[in-house]
Amino acid sequence: MTSAPRDREIAVVAFAQTDHRRTSEELSEVEMLMPVLHEVLDSTGLKTADIDFTCSGSSDYLAGRAFSFTLALDGVGAWPPISESHVEMDGAWALYEAWTKILTGDADTALVYAYGKSSPGSVRDVLTRQLDPYYVAPLWPDSVALAALQAQALIDAGDTDEPALAAVASRNRAAASTNPHAQLRGPVPQGDHLLQPLRTGDCPPIGDGAAAVILAAGDRARDLCARPAWIRGIDHRIEAHGLGVRDLTDSPSTRLAAERAGAFERPVDTAELHAPFSSQEVVLRKALRLGEDVDVNPSGGALAANPIMAAGLIRIGEAAARIHRGRSDRALAHATSGPCLQQNLVAVLEGEPR
Amino acid sequence: MPEVLKAPLVVEFPFTRSLGPVQSAFLTGLRERVVLGVRTGDGRVLVPPVEYDPVTAEEIGDLVHVGLTGTVTTWAWNHEPRRGQPLDTPFAWVLVQLDGADTALLHALDAPGPDAVHTGMRVRVRWAGERTGAITDIACFEPYDGEASTVTVHAGEFEDPVTGIVAAARLDYTYSPGRAQTAYIDALSGRRTVGERCPSCRKVYVPPRGACPTCGVATSEQVEVGPRGTVTTFCIVNIKAKNLDIEVPYVYAHIALDGAGLALHGRIGGIPYDEVRMGLRVEPVWTEGARYPDHYRPTGEPDADYDTYRELL
Ligand SMILES: [Zn+2]
Repeated sequence: MTSAPRDREIAVVAFAQTDHRRTSEELSEVEMLMPVLHEVLDSTGLKTADIDFTCSGSSDYLAGRAFSFTLALDGVGAWPPISESHVEMDGAWALYEAWTKILTGDADTALVYAYGKSSPGSVRDVLTRQLDPYYVAPLWPDSVALAALQAQALIDAGDTDEPALAAVASRNRAAASTNPHAQLRGPVPQGDHLLQPLRTGDCPPIGDGAAAVILAAGDRARDLCARPAWIRGIDHRIEAHGLGVRDLTDSPSTRLAAERAGAFERPVDTAELHAPFSSQEVVLRKALRLGEDVDVNPSGGALAANPIMAAGLIRIGEAAARIHRGRSDRALAHATSGPCLQQNLVAVLEGEPR
Repeated sequence: MPEVLKAPLVVEFPFTRSLGPVQSAFLTGLRERVVLGVRTGDGRVLVPPVEYDPVTAEEIGDLVHVGLTGTVTTWAWNHEPRRGQPLDTPFAWVLVQLDGADTALLHALDAPGPDAVHTGMRVRVRWAGERTGAITDIACFEPYDGEASTVTVHAGEFEDPVTGIVAAARLDYTYSPGRAQTAYIDALSGRRTVGERCPSCRKVYVPPRGACPTCGVATSEQVEVGPRGTVTTFCIVNIKAKNLDIEVPYVYAHIALDGAGLALHGRIGGIPYDEVRMGLRVEPVWTEGARYPDHYRPTGEPDADYDTYRELL
């Protein structure tokens, strides 16, 4: 079925997200997700039946329920039967799957969505269950602890210090003051050490939220969007799973993904980085060779809103929306998953010259 | 709108995992107070050991006996230990490169405070009193300023090797079913069954989940259905479930409550199991204090005509 041209053009044509909040306990997952699905469809005029492929990202461990993603499908309207897939991962990886599906010519349009409700459980404990079950998970090191080890490694290497980390956090949340969806906006106290060397201000808010994007190919994208955000390249890579095998001050997987996505061919003007911890932005800026002239996280990034499983997709959506609005011509979007930036995805998005 | 329901939910699994030869040797070694690493093709020693080289993906298995002393490569001070963590007093998370190893092991360091910890500090293993062949056989590390321990080759052979671990996992949640299911459960407490009608296809969903899965739109119009209904299909259960106080065989059925757009599940009682049939008219039977019908029993009405429920099969 791969009759499509090898260089099929694929674009993000629409993006929507919830207002991210500490808790959405009054809503089930599908109730939280549905307005976002409707918004992203309405903005293109597409109906569910017009979508060739649907792909979602979420994690059962957040809700504590098996196959929770099948319930969320109720919000899509799966009749007549649809072509559908799911990744137990951030929605950015669902977008990657949808992109390959369109690339093969099997689909011209795709709906990608992701959601996460951290409020029912303790997300720090939940995330320990994705760690090596033999050597690491029995010790219950939580996500903040692992990020703090990485932060200390950066400080020891002279790559940052606590005031520089505080500046990263405050710059992101200042940027978020113009983002109506963000959970933490404007000045936020840097606070006490949550896990030294990280202070509460260096850590992301815990919250619930959802996001959705629509992808379309070629002229279909031009019909659906005045200025499509063309995906010029996208790639994802993973580090060795042993934390003690890695150099935590660097992210070779991000660099390689960026290289394969074509990020270094020409400068980008915008970068949406999925760095839930301030220290991780330091690692990513270095790996991606981002200069001071690049607008990093104009949305406020994951330090302003970090709905687990959706925050990476939101980086792609925010970068694309900036191109839609004419605020960016070439943007980089990054998503991560796993402890200490274990897995990394990089997409390069461009708008047509104006 | 009534307040959304909430209840504690505990998800607990004892995951049973088998070990390959390298992990088995490493964890058995811990039980015997020995730390083993594995040597890669280019001569690096990985601790904890893995079966495949993380760089080349080559299979590896040459075991090496490394020291019980080592050096902290990075650390983080944890002033509020959480459930399941190695120490219940404030401690440092550390990556420790044991003497003779080229990679670092994650564990806890028992130290009086963050001022007593630094990258590069020397530490040694503190063994757990009772050891079973698990990473927790290392109770933690402790500061140490003595001599480095010796490093030798080790065959990795033990009597009675550990071949598997049971990894207990427990997560605590506060479950909330959301708006639509809260309304459904609230109505049940008054022994009423409430569904929601789809504004688009007009189908009535019971139990409602807040969305029409066919149309993908929100449902909100509440509709009381039942209490009577029709058996649309059924099966006969012949195996007694653990902890279930119901005599077998019994009948489990799909029941379309009057006014509902789809059938829900329920047990049929009050009739011999081999007399249950499609079209049988039934009604719920409640027991004292129950939150949902215990079972459904025949109403005595004539059977429903097939055409009245064929769309609900
Ligand atoms: Zn409907």
